[in-house]
Amino acid sequence: MNTVNSKDFLLAVEGLTVSFDGFKAVDDLSFYLDPREIRVIIGPNGAGKTTVLDLICGKTRATSGSIRFAGKELTRLKEHQIVHAGVGRKFQTPSVFEDLTVFENLEVSYPRGHSVMGALAFRRDAAVVEAVESVAETIFLKDQLDRPAALLSHGQKQWLEIGMLLIQKPDLLMLDEPVAGMSVTERKKTAELLKVITENHTVLVIEHDMQFVGDIADRVTVMHQGKVLSEGSIEHVKSDPKVIEVYLGH
Amino acid sequence: MKTSASPLKWLASREGLYYLALALLLVVILPLALDPFRLNMVGKYLTYAFVAVGLVMCWGKAGILSLGQGVFFGLGGYCMAMFLKLEASTPEATAIQSTPGIPDFMDWNQLTELPWFWEPFHSFAFTLIALIGVPVLLALIIGLAMFTRRVGGVYFAIITQAIAAILTILIIGQQGYTGGVNGITDLQTLMGWDIRTDEAKTLLYFVCVGLLFLCLFTARFVQNRKLGRILVAMNAQEMRVRFSGYDVAAFKIFVFCLAAAFAGVGGALFTLIVGFMSPSFIGIVASIEMVIFCALGGRLSLLGAVYGALLVNAAKSGFSESLPELWPFLMGALFIGVVLAFPNGLAGLYQTYVMPLEARLFRRRTPTPPAAPATGRKDDGKPFDPMIDHFSPEKS
Ligand SMILES: Nc1ncnc2c1ncn2[C@@H]1O[C@H](COP(=O)(O)OP(=O)(O)O)[C@@H](O)[C@H]1O
Ligand SMILES: [Mg+2]
Repeated sequence: MNTVNSKDFLLAVEGLTVSFDGFKAVDDLSFYLDPREIRVIIGPNGAGKTTVLDLICGKTRATSGSIRFAGKELTRLKEHQIVHAGVGRKFQTPSVFEDLTVFENLEVSYPRGHSVMGALAFRRDAAVVEAVESVAETIFLKDQLDRPAALLSHGQKQWLEIGMLLIQKPDLLMLDEPVAGMSVTERKKTAELLKVITENHTVLVIEHDMQFVGDIADRVTVMHQGKVLSEGSIEHVKSDPKVIEVYLGH
Repeated sequence: MKTSASPLKWLASREGLYYLALALLLVVILPLALDPFRLNMVGKYLTYAFVAVGLVMCWGKAGILSLGQGVFFGLGGYCMAMFLKLEASTPEATAIQSTPGIPDFMDWNQLTELPWFWEPFHSFAFTLIALIGVPVLLALIIGLAMFTRRVGGVYFAIITQAIAAILTILIIGQQGYTGGVNGITDLQTLMGWDIRTDEAKTLLYFVCVGLLFLCLFTARFVQNRKLGRILVAMNAQEMRVRFSGYDVAAFKIFVFCLAAAFAGVGGALFTLIVGFMSPSFIGIVASIEMVIFCALGGRLSLLGAVYGALLVNAAKSGFSESLPELWPFLMGALFIGVVLAFPNGLAGLYQTYVMPLEARLFRRRTPTPPAAPATGRKDDGKPFDPMIDHFSPEKS
């Protein structure tokens, strides 16, 4: 696997390791994402899934290993530089700007005027309004634009955060348990939303709901104790004895 | 910007009326009601309002509590004092010194030559640049050292406090270069214009009011831009701001420098209005007092900060005249009271108790609400809220 030319991949994670006071939450992990691929990471609680996303987006610094994204080494970049390189990250618990309206939340994420001077000079022009309204349509919040985000339901906040990523036009979207805590109808709509998104993005999703995983995944990576346990199609990993043992063995 | 597009319409808005009321108070009512001595005192209080307005941006909005704003106030003040002192120290005026032509305290400390860093303060243009530039430069250095390393919260507050202590000790220790604990005194003229007369003091008061409004409008401008939204967002959700592609440290450095610039201008005016500058206005206690002005006025409200600075200082003068030893306790009690009972200060109280009355009055006077603009995004319909000094969406 290590001999593959990483240039062909959108994302190439190799030998990634992070150690928290000696505890290796991610341990010599390698995986590769093709452009336009939908990859789902599954694994028991504490397997290190969230930590992998933290490492890719720069929230946590790797102890060793490399993360190459579209020809750039991400392990050396700062968080905002990684965003500008084209990586968007949604957190497990919804994190939106509660005091701002839905419109303003999306506007803040619009990829222009991100320097101090840029933010001072930023004007809400037609392009911004158009982009915000089109994303709001996608995330089912078109009629909520003027509401403060604090008043949205849990599911709507999750969508808003996804919208905040979409408006950045990232090449890689990383979503951490996007349907956790959602009602059945919200789940259904989110699945629809993800289908739309996956048409023209590379997506890395962490999810538990196997039904949902089967619906969207091109390939599945199963993590266990910081390592890759199995990788392949959903059918492949489901029938992998190692996976069955981890999921059913305790 | 909205203000420049229709300044008259803005003045008639609720926010505009609050600004008008403050202008009326400072430009008309107080000058008519007070004698030059008292007016000069108000001018002195207003120089603290510059610091308080900076703290609203830095602490109230962006959540960066600095307990060392006295440092920037002091640096601005010392820059001005150095210029004035050099002007007062002509060879003729200081002929009795062993080295004529240098400030008196240098002579007393056996200095025989003007130190190199005093030289440029012969120039008024340099002084004007320095009284903003020196505080901003120091804020930039502190900001780069702290914010890029993600030092924040209580740690940052303690470090700024330590810097205030260090600067005070430095100034007191280097008596020959700084005037020591007495500060720089005996300031007389500004480019030949005697600043000690009643007329000069009154004029300086008005200059101070004018610059304070300039500072308020600058803060308001920043606050109403996307930059202002980022500052507030950063306070509550720093991580989300970072992962929306913003370099959080750069924004923190910016707002910290902005507050330092305001404080520097306030300090320079303080020197002009009071006639001297000393380390007691820089140190830990002075810096904490500045935070109290801001907290009492309402740390989220620019105008509240001005009233906070005025009222606390007026109370301080009142008490210092009758019961000086009680003032520190009262000040402490006031601060605890504000933090526990009304964390949004006077502005918060005003919003809770006075604005509902105002709203009733307004409704009676304007029976038909103004029609919403037909095109573009309409205002979000939120009532004006001095707590957030509202950022209404700009019209496209
Ligand atoms: N910043 C951290 N410091 C110490 N331990 C951490 C940190 N982040 C995660 N961990 C630990 O790493 C392990 C993996 O966590 P996580 O990636 O959140 O798992 P998952 O998302 O797969 O449930 C857990 O045991 C967790 O306690
Ligand atoms: Mg997790």
